[in-house]
Amino acid sequence: MLRPSHFTAVVLFALCASIVFGITQRETPRKMVRYGAYCFVLFVGAAIVLSWVMFLIAR
Amino acid sequence: MATPQIRTGAAPRNPSSRGFVYLPLIAGWLVPGAGHFLLRKWGRGVLLATSIIGMFALGIGMNGKLHANAHDILDLLGLVGDLGNGLLYFVSRALSLGADQVQVTTGDYGTRFIVVAGLLNVIAAVDAHNLRTGRKSA
Repeated sequence: MLRPSHFTAVVLFALCASIVFGITQRETPRKMVRYGAYCFVLFVGAAIVLSWVMFLIAR
Repeated sequence: MATPQIRTGAAPRNPSSRGFVYLPLIAGWLVPGAGHFLLRKWGRGVLLATSIIGMFALGIGMNGKLHANAHDILDLLGLVGDLGNGLLYFVSRALSLGADQVQVTTGDYGTRFIVVAGLLNVIAAVDAHNLRTGRKSA
């Protein structure tokens, strides 16, 4: 059974979802790559920011 | 007098491409990436198939739950998401893959991976349909 850390799971999730979003939401390969990278950064960045927010709230 | 030809967004780009217009949609739902393969979009099909099948496999590997019935609204939504995986879902159910009950944290991650893989597969299948009808240019 796979037991990834929470952050590893976030990165895997973001990678797969960003690839699909990039391919399906844009028309040219260049725009697909840019949009996929944008989604990936937003997914992972939002997870990190929200994690810190929850950490600070919980203290 | 010649009438001007008005091209709508839904008109096929290639008038010579005939056949069942919903085939890429149905094939893409049943097998991730198959809709794009039918349209000869090999690179996109491989990337979509790898992402969606990989996400589903990760979910199963994390002991995620495959929803089998709908006791309440959340179960129903999970079942709808799982059904988006097409044949992956039915084959996995037949092979009794996945957990019946989520007992560990990673199982909860896995359940979400499986549901989201199904939803992404629906998006990919609709994209193949849009390519087929000409609503999406390339």
